[in-house]
Amino acid sequence: MRDFEYEAPASVAEAVKILSRHNGSARPLAGGTDLIDQIRTGRHAPQVVVDIKKIPELSVLELTAGGLRLGAAVPCYRMYGDPRISAAYAALADSARIIGGIQIQSRASVGGNLCNSGPAADSTPSLIALGAVAVIAGPAGQREVAVENFCTGPGKNVLAPGEFLVELKLPPRLPHSGSHYRRFIPRNEMDIAVVGVAASVVLDGSGEKFVSARVALGAVGPTPLFANEVGKLLAGQPVNEQTIAKAADAARAIARPIDDMRGTKEFRLHVTGVLTRRVIEESVQRARS
Amino acid sequence: MAKRRVVTTTINGRQTEFLCEPRQTLLEVLRDTLDLTGAKEGCANGNCGACTVLMNGRPVDSCLVLGVETEGAVLETIEGVAPVDGLDPIQQAFLENAALQCGICTPGFIMSCKSLLAENSDPTENDIRFYLAGNLCRCTGYDKIVRAVLDAAKKRNAEPAPA
Repeated sequence: MRDFEYEAPASVAEAVKILSRHNGSARPLAGGTDLIDQIRTGRHAPQVVVDIKKIPELSVLELTAGGLRLGAAVPCYRMYGDPRISAAYAALADSARIIGGIQIQSRASVGGNLCNSGPAADSTPSLIALGAVAVIAGPAGQREVAVENFCTGPGKNVLAPGEFLVELKLPPRLPHSGSHYRRFIPRNEMDIAVVGVAASVVLDGSGEKFVSARVALGAVGPTPLFANEVGKLLAGQPVNEQTIAKAADAARAIARPIDDMRGTKEFRLHVTGVLTRRVIEESVQRARS
Repeated sequence: MAKRRVVTTTINGRQTEFLCEPRQTLLEVLRDTLDLTGAKEGCANGNCGACTVLMNGRPVDSCLVLGVETEGAVLETIEGVAPVDGLDPIQQAFLENAALQCGICTPGFIMSCKSLLAENSDPTENDIRFYLAGNLCRCTGYDKIVRAVLDAAKKRNAEPAPA
């Protein structure tokens, strides 16, 4: 692997200082499952690798009445290893359980998955569906960006030189709500999504009507897509096959996939509809139980 | 060249210090510096699991960990698995069930199995296949490996718990 320096700051301020000093030629290291491979293959050539795992805020995993605080370096296994989080933020646990194999899940973080900004990232649609906000630190202080506005293109995002992701904030789980993430892959595990869909629904007390919903699509556009129209369409509607079929059509209309080695455009559009239906149905089941 | 650093870890129960460059992976340090050649390099990108070791009790691909990141960590490699007088029950089960042919993937599989059985003492076939998805074997077709793990779990559960 090509040569680089290694720094392991103990505070957000110190990390910002190091990152700013190198003006874009330093890269934060969380689980390293993307970065180390990208350095090896030459896709990234940082002069400095900044290990952010020694910063306390980056390892926070805190569930309170105010919601979930998820430090940007918290590894995937801690998501599904905590029954309270798997229950309240089920879509996120669904994603964390299928990113890579067990070895990858020991290291890879949801924050890293977001910052790598791959269009097929498995945890980003779940973050969007659950209404997560990214907390970013930089030379000008902290700022917050809704996760649906974080990625700007394949491998690209809103982080400016000197900035890095500190944590993700998720709103508290509402009563009668449920969420789910599912992807299509030709294998059973260890693969990249051909299409991925996340949904989060809130039902009324009877469990027969959508109060609100958020749906997000992965691998069918240059970034993970927030399917805002699908949520608008579901709000206030009865929970039935017809409503959900309309939602699936709306999701297909938002998807703008490409043909590639993993699937054709036509196939991806079809799968978007099928997964949207299944993911909403499962979210409803979870909201009711 | 970036300055080499002294890293202090515990490997297989023994405090171990090594010198490494930031760009060296844990796998390179284990194999080339410490002569612990049990962990194998297969793909070198986190797909095959041949380099699996336990870091603070969790299975990791050592090709995707920097040596410098292991400061203060507790590491377990295949070299620390067998007791002095024989084999670990998982190793024994791999032998008895012919769960290996060329053997390159075996150290990684054994380390993942150790972690699996520590988390779940009575895994189903599905649990095993899912847990071992990050370990590739191009010889056995996996069936014999799955049977070996089921066998190891059964034998462990039949033994009285250690006092």
